Amino acid sequence: MMMALTDFDKSLLNLLQGSLPVCSRPFAKLAEELGTDEQTVLTRVQELKKEGYLRRIGTFFDSNNLGYKGTLVALKVNPAKMQTVAEAINHYPGATHNYEREGRYNLWFTLLTPNLETEAKILSEVQSLNGVEDMLNLKANKKYKINVQFKLH
Amino acid sequence: MAAEVLEEISELDKRIVRALQGDFPLVAEPYKTLAEQVGVSEETFLERVQAMRDSRKIRKMGAVLRHREVGFTANVLVAWEVPADRLDTIAQQMAASPSVSHCYDRNTAPDWPYNLYTMVHGHSREECEHVVAELGEACQVSKHVMLYSRREWKKTAMKYFME
Repeated sequence: MMMALTDFDKSLLNLLQGSLPVCSRPFAKLAEELGTDEQTVLTRVQELKKEGYLRRIGTFFDSNNLGYKGTLVALKVNPAKMQTVAEAINHYPGATHNYEREGRYNLWFTLLTPNLETEAKILSEVQSLNGVEDMLNLKANKKYKINVQFKLH
Repeated sequence: MAAEVLEEISELDKRIVRALQGDFPLVAEPYKTLAEQVGVSEETFLERVQAMRDSRKIRKMGAVLRHREVGFTANVLVAWEVPADRLDTIAQQMAASPSVSHCYDRNTAPDWPYNLYTMVHGHSREECEHVVAELGEACQVSKHVMLYSRREWKKTAMKYFME
C-alpha cells in the first residue's frame, strides 16, 4: 500500500522536478523555499524515493552535448523470437529504453553511442539477429521537448 | 541537428560525470560527498557542475517521478505524419501540451512516412486517445499511429564515459 501524497509532498516534488539547487546545502535551500527545515526535506525525499515515487533524483545529461550520438530504432520481430531479440538488445549498455509495442514494428529501442561507427556496428548486429525481419533507424533532427515533468495538484 | 564541433570534454569533467550519474547522495552536503569520490574540493566540483549546466552538458539537476505512482498510468508513443512546411510550428504546438513529455522530429523511411513523435501520458488509455484526438484537431494533422507499449523490456539511465 502506497502512502498518500500530502500537500507538502506535492510542493516538494514540484520543486524537485524543476531543479535541485547547485550549492553546498541544496536541501537546506529547498527547505527555505518550503518554509521548513533541512532534515524534514531530506527525510521526506528519502521516503519518497524508497516508496517509489521518484524514478531518479540527480543529474540529467544532454547526450548530444556530451558528444554522444542517439537514435530510435524500430524493429519488426517474429513474435516467436521476441524474447531472445529483446534480451540481445538489452545487453547493449547504450540501449537505454526497449519497449515491445503494438503495430507492424513491434520492438522499439533508443540507442546512445559515443560515435557513429559504434552505432553502425551495433545496428548491423541487431539487423542480423535471428527473428529480426525489418529495421528502421529513426534519427532525431530536432528535439522539441525532452523534459519529463508532471505538475502535481 | 546541425553538425557542430564539440569541444573536447576534459578528463576531470568525465570523472565528474561518472560520479554524478550514480545515485545522488541524499545527505546534507551531497556535492561534498561526490567531490570526495572524484578527489577534488567541493568548490571545484560545484564550479564544474555549474559550468556543465551553463554549456548545457547537464540538462537538469532534479528528480523524475515514476509516472504510475503519481497516477499517470497510461502512455502512448504517437508517430505523426506532418507536412514538412508545418513541421516546426506543429512540433512546438504539441510540445506545449502538458500531456506531452517528449516531442522529436525524426527521419522517415521508405514505407514509414511519420516524421514527428510525441510521448503522450494520461490517467487511462481513454484519456490518451482523447488527448491525441485533441492534439490532432488543434494542429490539423489526421495521419498518425498510436504505438501503445505491450511490455517494458528495459528502461535505464545512460552511463556515460564507461566504454
